[in-house]
Amino acid sequence: MTIEYEDRSQKGAGVDLDAPDEVEERLKAETSEGPQELVPLDRTDPRELAIETGGVLRVPESMVLDPDARDVSFGDGDTMILNLGPQHPSTHGVLRMMVELQGETVLRSKPVIGYLHTGMEKTGEALTYVQGATNVTRMDYLSPLPNELVYSLAVEKLLGVEIPPRATWIRMLMCELNRISSHVTWAATNGLDLAATTMMIFGFRERDLVLQFFEKTTGLRMNHNYIRPGGVAAELPDGWEDDVEVIVDTVGARLNDYDELITGQPIFRERTEGVGVIPPDLLVALSATGPLLRASGVPWDLRRSMPYLAYDEVDFDVIVGTVGDTFDRYAVRLNEIRESIKIIRQILEKMPAGDYRAQDKKVTPPPRARIDESMEALIHHFKLFTSGIEPPAGETYVAVESPRGELGCYLVSDGTNRPMRMHIRAPSFVNLQSVPAMLRGGLIADMIAILSSVDPVLGEVDR
Amino acid sequence: MTADRSFAAAPRALPHDEIDELVGVPYQNSLGDDVYFPSRDGYVEICEALKRAGFATCRDLCGVDYLTNPGRALPDGVTPQRFEVVVVLLSHQRARQVRLRVMVPEDDPVVGTLFSVFPGTENMEREAYDMFGIRFDGHPDPTRILMPEEWEGHPLRRDYGMGRVPVQFKEAPGPR
Repeated sequence: MTIEYEDRSQKGAGVDLDAPDEVEERLKAETSEGPQELVPLDRTDPRELAIETGGVLRVPESMVLDPDARDVSFGDGDTMILNLGPQHPSTHGVLRMMVELQGETVLRSKPVIGYLHTGMEKTGEALTYVQGATNVTRMDYLSPLPNELVYSLAVEKLLGVEIPPRATWIRMLMCELNRISSHVTWAATNGLDLAATTMMIFGFRERDLVLQFFEKTTGLRMNHNYIRPGGVAAELPDGWEDDVEVIVDTVGARLNDYDELITGQPIFRERTEGVGVIPPDLLVALSATGPLLRASGVPWDLRRSMPYLAYDEVDFDVIVGTVGDTFDRYAVRLNEIRESIKIIRQILEKMPAGDYRAQDKKVTPPPRARIDESMEALIHHFKLFTSGIEPPAGETYVAVESPRGELGCYLVSDGTNRPMRMHIRAPSFVNLQSVPAMLRGGLIADMIAILSSVDPVLGEVDR
Repeated sequence: MTADRSFAAAPRALPHDEIDELVGVPYQNSLGDDVYFPSRDGYVEICEALKRAGFATCRDLCGVDYLTNPGRALPDGVTPQRFEVVVVLLSHQRARQVRLRVMVPEDDPVVGTLFSVFPGTENMEREAYDMFGIRFDGHPDPTRILMPEEWEGHPLRRDYGMGRVPVQFKEAPGPR
């Protein structure tokens, strides 16, 4: 597409101030931002127009709907570009959507992201390996523990350290609890998007149960820095079995309330069934993972297919959907909470005794009491917190199943105490690519339900 | 700990039969992962061949800047360049991944796009362009994704001017 574009930058220079027409022209033309008068759209610079209208909208041209093929009359056939966000309450943060509409039908759409970009990958290069977990935990703020886990696993793989079994099982326990809290928060915000306000209150109530246990264990409700290279930061608190049992019993019983409130509710089903259907082969091509992929019937769960930690020693089912619509994505997440409860009950039975972190002086700090009596321990402690861990040069890619999908960490070490490159493969970032394919041909009113069903966390999308 | 551990000497992670033949480029076992080093020209074709062999998903694509670490351990026949594009492909049936590392020279940071093979690389390639200035030839929307459109420079390059923009964190000191 080439558009003849008139150079307007010289306009307004050297006008005769006495002529009223020229004054008007000059008032219109001369501002600090350049000429401001409205001109026809086809006179806009193609590059500028592309930015303004969302450029290449995310659906390939071959997949764009033919407006004439739909049995709706649209008047003169003009389409409209509508901007939603970045401050819209149903976009789960600062996601901006540009949608091309024909009447109420969505033709093409484009998620515009970057509003929360804080350069965390660059920050990761400036922090030592010991400090790094505090950085990555802030990416996906609804599930901070898998973030710390994937980073710690990558550092441990570069280092080649063995983790004691108890540390592994504590990590599993915390990550599964985090999956519960993340999924109930999703159910809460999804309910809010679909005007089920009670669901919002219920979801946050259950989330708080889990967060209270996190606070007791790690000291913080979010951004824990609990899972660290070499193990975990602290032993589980006394009586943790009782706390966890109360959580899983309560959440398990309340899931039945969710079923009564939401699952069978005609309004909810009307708004979600058959909405945003996406076939599995398209999702695989678009690199989608997590509940989004499983809802379309692909039984791909890293905990099962490429086990890490000790997931091969616990028994659980991979939940898959059949249709791949918004309702399936809801049902998959709800049942994944039940599977997480199943896993946690097994962890309660099988939790091994032992150390909660590797006793490797180069990786983990010595116990506090040792520092008072041993010069060597003091030196190790000092060295660890001043210069830190130095993994041998190399590169690795490690992935775990976060509540949103595959969370990967590509870590490159050059032999110093800071990573040379720390890249996080964020599931929300990748899953967002499927949104345009799901919105295509649907109604604008369904857009909120579809967006919510993908469960993007913008802290992770933008990093 | 030393920085000169050689990964090429380690035994191979998996029996390498058809994938090795299929790819036919220098191989390295990096801590148990299979890593191949395709050339810049042959990289898209190799990805197409791997897709036909069942690697239907691109897990991850990112750029790396080796400006400060040019002498890294590479297998024979691979000339180190400043940039690398690292692609991780996944086969669901085999539950197996392969990693491809493509050398991208500093003076001509262009590689072919994987968009036509794996549409899921669209965001990832835009991110790699945004962060490193590596251009993906044939990408349908080669624009910035995380940084503002008018941003200058590529922030994840190692020589990017950190602290270029002065930021004042505290109240300015008074006249006294």
